Amino acid sequence: MTAHTGPPRRRSAAPYLYIAPFFVLFAAFGLFPLIYTAWVSLRDWRLVGGDRGFVGLDNYAEVLTDDRFWNALGNTFGLFLVATVPQLLIALWLANLLNRKLRLQTAFRMGVLLPNITSVAAVGIVFGFIFADRYGLVNWLLDLVGADVVDWRGSRGTAWFAISVMVDWRWIGYNALIYLAAMQAIPRDMYESAALDGASRARQFWRLTVPMIQPTILFTIIISTIGGMQLFTEPLLFNYGRIEGGPLGEYQTIAMYIYQRTFRGNTEYGYGAAMSWLLFAIIIAFALLNFSLVRRSVRGSST
Amino acid sequence: MGAIRSRLRGFAAAALSLGLVLGAAACSAEEPKSADGKTTITIQWFGSPGFDQAIKDFQSANPDIVVKSENRGQLRDFQPLLVQWLATGSTQLGDVIMMEEGTLLEFLQDPSKWTNLLDLGAGSLKDDYLPYKWENGFTADKSKLVGLGTDIGGLAMCYRSDLFAKAKLPTDREAVSKLWPTWEAYAEQGRTFKAANTGAAWIDSATSIMQPYIMQNSDTWFYDRDNNFILDSNPKVREAYNFGLKLASDGLTSKLVRWTPDWDAAFKNAAFATVPCAAWGTGVISERAGEAGKGKWDIATIPGGSGNWGGSYLAIPEQSTKKEAAYKLLTYLTGKDGHLAEFKEKGGMPSTIAALDDPTFANATNEYFSNAPVGKIFGASVKTLKPIYLGPKHQQLWENVLERAMQAAEKGDLSADAAFAKAVTDGRKLATG
Repeated sequence: MTAHTGPPRRRSAAPYLYIAPFFVLFAAFGLFPLIYTAWVSLRDWRLVGGDRGFVGLDNYAEVLTDDRFWNALGNTFGLFLVATVPQLLIALWLANLLNRKLRLQTAFRMGVLLPNITSVAAVGIVFGFIFADRYGLVNWLLDLVGADVVDWRGSRGTAWFAISVMVDWRWIGYNALIYLAAMQAIPRDMYESAALDGASRARQFWRLTVPMIQPTILFTIIISTIGGMQLFTEPLLFNYGRIEGGPLGEYQTIAMYIYQRTFRGNTEYGYGAAMSWLLFAIIIAFALLNFSLVRRSVRGSST
Repeated sequence: MGAIRSRLRGFAAAALSLGLVLGAAACSAEEPKSADGKTTITIQWFGSPGFDQAIKDFQSANPDIVVKSENRGQLRDFQPLLVQWLATGSTQLGDVIMMEEGTLLEFLQDPSKWTNLLDLGAGSLKDDYLPYKWENGFTADKSKLVGLGTDIGGLAMCYRSDLFAKAKLPTDREAVSKLWPTWEAYAEQGRTFKAANTGAAWIDSATSIMQPYIMQNSDTWFYDRDNNFILDSNPKVREAYNFGLKLASDGLTSKLVRWTPDWDAAFKNAAFATVPCAAWGTGVISERAGEAGKGKWDIATIPGGSGNWGGSYLAIPEQSTKKEAAYKLLTYLTGKDGHLAEFKEKGGMPSTIAALDDPTFANATNEYFSNAPVGKIFGASVKTLKPIYLGPKHQQLWENVLERAMQAAEKGDLSADAAFAKAVTDGRKLATG
């Protein structure tokens, strides 16, 4: 190799060009829409009816007093908690099971990912049938064992539960695989010494496995937060494609409400842009909060 | 050697980023090819208008025009796309666009994106159409004609004769029609039916009566003719709302939400005995009730006698560069021959008078519905139709506001008064926003 004889200036251009594709794509599909949306959010702009000019922060002021926005925001956080907490706990448990020596190990590990590669629309439609109010599978089973049938779309709690099942069905396997990868990186001899010291399986799990993979847990929490804040397709298809999320908006998420105001109704492009920016700010704030909380707990438990 | 390699790498990376940029740019610049001097036009439609045969016929009569027919799924999927394409001047937008009546009414508020069909010579077609269908294609000041009519939704009452027999009601369609000259009589028969304990409800949902009831009894709904929002002060709408919810509180409705899998399944399970059906609705029922329901369904006249529910239009976007050819296709599909082909294919009811009077339609029977004379029944329901003023956001005000509120009241989630008050508040926001 004679690379060191090459002129240093020439060599320094290549790395930038290598990473350029990402930045070119990010500028075109990330940064530009972000800035453009901010600009649109300051205007009273209708997709049908055209741009009615600059209105300053009026859109933002209106969002903050819009009770349907707060309703949607509450639903989004509620659904996030109801869906994500069990999802990550079950994923952790599943990863722990998969981490043992099993027959058909690879088949099981790949199998848990199958729900995730299923089209979300197909999942939504099938679960729509499963949780149908009158002729649905779940209600049929409930009826079979003599329990009362549930009006799934009739109240916030039941609707949130059904939607969470849909979300979790898709994402538990994905998170379990990520946890599994992290668990595999833990040296075996640590378990051996723990076992020698008399730690039970459960103790090994909570005292050794969980602290060791905490950075990965943090990662999954942040990814789930971003996904949870943008939840759209599952509640939409749960309500058979109706954007209002129930007669009283019981399960309309913030992404659905943005879509409704931007592309339906009065097609308020500017108003939708303002809400999108607020959602962006909320996601960042929430991710930072998560980050600091989880990092504190990582430090707390490792000392 | 090393320098050359790193330079090559540099070129490769530069070429890759350039390629990405160009690739991204190329995606948005697709032109329909006009090989050998033929004009290619694109028609975009939703639902099941039955254009296939009509387009084939048009092609053989106009060999210089190539028609690309794009199925765009359901109305609720197509409408947001259409809004985006028009707003951005997207090249994906076709040359002839099918619009549901409600969608058209919204665009009439801002018709700048649509071609004035009067400029292309549509003025002479006035007497071909049912008057209300023709009028609805115009902007408020009558200076611009945006759309010409495809189908209309003449109304009838579809009923299950097997359930009627079980409840010892007459099953013959003439006799059934005589059971309910008015909505009051219809409710009365419902109570008789319920007393017979067949296990089925009388009607699918309280909201089903709104369209026919209001169409018959009022010439306005959400708006007055100056586009003021009048839901809270329109007595006929409140009357219909109360009537529907009374049916529900009397236990005559099966409290289903239309267009959901439960509603679909209810047809198979014979969960209700009657349902108001528009002309396009016969296909909706036969698809859902399936082979097992064949011959068990029949069609009688609607209480109150007349009514229309939905129907679509064709229009040409202003940005189209092939308006002449597009207009040729549009007028063919909305003319007598097109209408009759569409009727034969999917049952859409013609909106041109010549097609309505043609024996193909007028003498048509529907095998699935016990050979009911659909041409006669649906035809009669629109001849006496009084036009009703719907206004810009009608479709959304109905589907997303009032119907939702009424469903909440029917299920008992809200009281009738609270649900109506909510519909007024939400509706006003939507109508004036």
